[in-house]
Amino acid sequence: MLRLENARIDNGGFFLDADLTVEPGQRVAVIGPSGAGKSTLLGAIAGFYPLTRGRILWGDSDITYAAPGKRPVAMLFQDGNLFPHLTVAQNAGLGIRSDLRLDAKQKARVDEALARVGLHDLGDRKPAELSGGQQSRAALARVLLQDRPLLLLDEPFAALGPALKAEMLDLVATLATETGAALLMVSHDPTDARRIARQVILVTDGHAAPPAETKALFANPPKALREYLG
Amino acid sequence: MAVRAEPVALWPGLVAAVLVAATMLAALTAVALRAETQLGLAPQDWSAIRFTVVQAALSALFSVALAIPVARALARRSFAGRGVLITLLGAPFILPVIVAVLGLLAVFGRGGWLNAALGVFGLPPLGIYGLHGVVLAHVFFNLPLATRLILQGWQEIPAERFRLAAQLAASSRDVHRLLERPMLLRTAPGVLALVFAICLTSFAVALTLGGGPKATTIELAIYQAFRFDFDLGRATLLSLVQIALTLGAATLALGVSGQAGFGAGLGRVVQRWDAQGAVRKALDAALILLAALFLLTPLAAITASGLQGLAHLPSSVSKACFVSAVVACLSTLVLLALALPIAFAAAKVPLVEHVGLLGLAVSPLVLGAGLFLVINPIASPAGLALPVTALVNALMALPFALRILIPKAREEVRLHARLAATLNMGAGQFFRLILLPRLRPQIGFAAGLAAALSMGDLGVIALFADPETATLPLQIYRLMAAYRMEAAAGAALLLLVMSVGAFWLCDKGGRLAAP
Amino acid sequence: MKHLTFAAGVLCATGALAQTPELTVYTYDSFVTEWGPGPQIETAFEATCGCDLKFVTAGDGAALMARIRLEGERTEADVVLGLDTNLTAAARATGLFAPSGVEAEYDLPVDWADDTFVPYDWGYFAFVHKTDLKAVPQDFLELGRSDLKIIIQDPRSSTPGLGLLLWVKAAYGDQAAQVWADLSDNIVTVSKGWSEAYGLFLEGEADMVLSYTTSPAYHIIAESDLTKEAAAFDEGHYMQIEVAARLAASDQPELAQRFLQFITTDAFQSVIPTTNWMYPAVTPEAGLPEGFNDLVEPYKSLLIPEAEAETARDAALVEWLSALSR
Repeated sequence: MLRLENARIDNGGFFLDADLTVEPGQRVAVIGPSGAGKSTLLGAIAGFYPLTRGRILWGDSDITYAAPGKRPVAMLFQDGNLFPHLTVAQNAGLGIRSDLRLDAKQKARVDEALARVGLHDLGDRKPAELSGGQQSRAALARVLLQDRPLLLLDEPFAALGPALKAEMLDLVATLATETGAALLMVSHDPTDARRIARQVILVTDGHAAPPAETKALFANPPKALREYLG
Repeated sequence: MAVRAEPVALWPGLVAAVLVAATMLAALTAVALRAETQLGLAPQDWSAIRFTVVQAALSALFSVALAIPVARALARRSFAGRGVLITLLGAPFILPVIVAVLGLLAVFGRGGWLNAALGVFGLPPLGIYGLHGVVLAHVFFNLPLATRLILQGWQEIPAERFRLAAQLAASSRDVHRLLERPMLLRTAPGVLALVFAICLTSFAVALTLGGGPKATTIELAIYQAFRFDFDLGRATLLSLVQIALTLGAATLALGVSGQAGFGAGLGRVVQRWDAQGAVRKALDAALILLAALFLLTPLAAITASGLQGLAHLPSSVSKACFVSAVVACLSTLVLLALALPIAFAAAKVPLVEHVGLLGLAVSPLVLGAGLFLVINPIASPAGLALPVTALVNALMALPFALRILIPKAREEVRLHARLAATLNMGAGQFFRLILLPRLRPQIGFAAGLAAALSMGDLGVIALFADPETATLPLQIYRLMAAYRMEAAAGAALLLLVMSVGAFWLCDKGGRLAAP
Repeated sequence: MKHLTFAAGVLCATGALAQTPELTVYTYDSFVTEWGPGPQIETAFEATCGCDLKFVTAGDGAALMARIRLEGERTEADVVLGLDTNLTAAARATGLFAPSGVEAEYDLPVDWADDTFVPYDWGYFAFVHKTDLKAVPQDFLELGRSDLKIIIQDPRSSTPGLGLLLWVKAAYGDQAAQVWADLSDNIVTVSKGWSEAYGLFLEGEADMVLSYTTSPAYHIIAESDLTKEAAAFDEGHYMQIEVAARLAASDQPELAQRFLQFITTDAFQSVIPTTNWMYPAVTPEAGLPEGFNDLVEPYKSLLIPEAEAETARDAALVEWLSALSR
């Protein structure tokens, strides 16, 4: 269980307040107008922005000051999810050991993960040799291997076409279900939220609301959401 | 709050920077402590300072003003041999001073090729000696560097911008206003400062081309204080003036421009839709040709006289070649050991880069004397000639290496630090897996420049010289001092080939291996 | 060993070598090159002394002096070879040098009675030109009136440059400033050191270059080139006498003294002319090599006494700077 307790996040002078809980295995969309602080929320959970007050808890442990790599978090960014000079297999392998000293067993796990995301034979390629969709899959393979209980998506599929994006989101949802990881995804497309997220965190004007049930929220949107949806 | 962790360790860079600064400080302090007189400047020192600043400022202005059109021409034209030309254009920068002066005067001197050509057409000869000669020589040395720096600025303008400009049917002038002028405002001040700093410590070039003691620079005043008057206090003080001027210029430039880097990606010509007319093409071609002529004819003169001298080379030259190659390798390793950590630290704390500039600012004579004073009580200076030479050469190359490495290092950290952080990648792993391979072209370029510079530099070895292990530049001076000008010319050609070769090898190596 | 020398510790590890006394001679760089006098002199002295002669180099005479001053009493040098008459006053003032104890009959154009500094060679500064030069000037005044172009060296960074400064001062005294003013339009440029100047002269940048009367001897003997000669000036020519001395703090005082005495012998002196291209301080029994005999002989030798040299030097430099800075 992830808990932001009376937290105020400082993103270089922009502040976001959050007091909310995300249940284990839950799938949550973070929506709100541009510049409201969606990415700031995820960045704080991942450990990139400090809090000026409050704390972040994972279960019983306080992770407010934990280094990004020490948090129970795997994250996909808008871009730069793959190192361009490493092969797909190496990129995925980073999810197991970031020094890439993998033994045979671990290498087999990499192959398995690549197969799971549909990249069986492409392990030796460099990211530039893949299509956009394949690149997303490679990044997902890495996330799979990181095996963290909390997955953060900061619009990694924004550049993909609608069909491909839907396909990737479905894959993410399936993988999250398989591993039991909780999912927090930034989106500005309500259909994405309806598609895979059972809950929604609405971020407006420097404030992140606690998760609300997606269906209920969209059926009876508050004023801020109405304005956002237009 | 230490939450904002990034996978770059600051401490190795800070340690390296402190080491560099401490070396310089120790050398200066050692010299100052031995001063028998009160610290003070002589009246003529003030005119030396004035002349130094004027010639350095003019040299910087002309170098940059000429580099801009040449860089633009190179940026928007592709032609066979462009890469070779760009490499060769760098050669003046890495030549030993005495060789370059002789080459320059073979072309522009009283009895040079230019005046011979003017004579054929019945035109009066042009005088080279004077302030304009000093500026000409400094432009010869620094135009290639300035061109390369500014060319980099051009190539950092994304291709999409040029496409956008083409969409808007922007003319060449519009492109200049929309894209090029902002880039130049960012880039040019840094280049100006760098060339200014290089010219501040000029001595033999300024004196010879300046035509006499009115061309007395600070470095010559230091020389005089050191060996004519043995006034170490004045030497230290003048050295401090040099440092203050260099750092002042750098601070001013950074304030105006932000960060201008020169990476290694020069192979690419961005496709452009402006400047397509025949006139503009011809203009660019003429510019490139003129720059090439200006920079390459003195090299041709050196080559021509060197070829005759090759037959007269004494056997000791081959040993000197070997020694120089070893020194160059050592210097390059020391340079990388210092420059890489400092560059990565500077990616986070930009001010660290200033430390590198000390290598340009500290008078080689004072640095040599200081290190000698520091080392002499503990060890024999001749025994440490090689390591000290390697260290000093590395320090001299440091500012250039940092300029090459820092922008790319910053870019890589910006792009990949977060991902690395979520992967719990440590600083060591990030360095080994990401930075090293990603920066390979820049490292190759920096290493090449360091190798070439230290191959051609006489540095501080005068006080540390071990008669058995003379470097090639020292051997050239020795040959000249023994009237063997032909053999010296041959050795100079050898040095030119070795310097350019070392540069090419490292530069190419970095790019070949680049992912 | 006065130093905890890392390298020396390794090198001297063999017992036999450690038994041989070592004589450390500081000298200027060009002395020890393969074509300089160093190698032959080392062989000759080691054949008689039962010691190991070790040369340590610093750029030129002035750099040598600076190094001795930097090192002070800690210096490892037993002997310094390569100072000249412009530097002896400063060298004496350091109090680092001991009386030489050398007795010899010198063949110098001036009387030499110095108990510390032992002269080993000497020469005259002169303007060298190509033999096809018409109307070679006979003195500085004529040179100043002519259209001839000359290259000189900066007295602040070069020994010949300093020599020329004192030459004009010794010849013209209070009129020196005017001579320099007349010369200023003849001077193509002023170089940092001798090598640049001589190189530019050979490239044809000037009609004459400041060098030595012995310079043509190199071209005659080593290159069979008879096209260079030195101009004899009626005012006389300023001399450079190169000297050696032993350090008071030497740990090999006897060996150092033997070396200084060795300097005045044929074994040393006969090497000098065709390696250092200067006149030997004691003419060898076999006489001077051919080529040296055809050189110009100045009518008069000029040398400002050591005691006055420093004052004269500083005043002359001010004159020189102001005359040429216009």
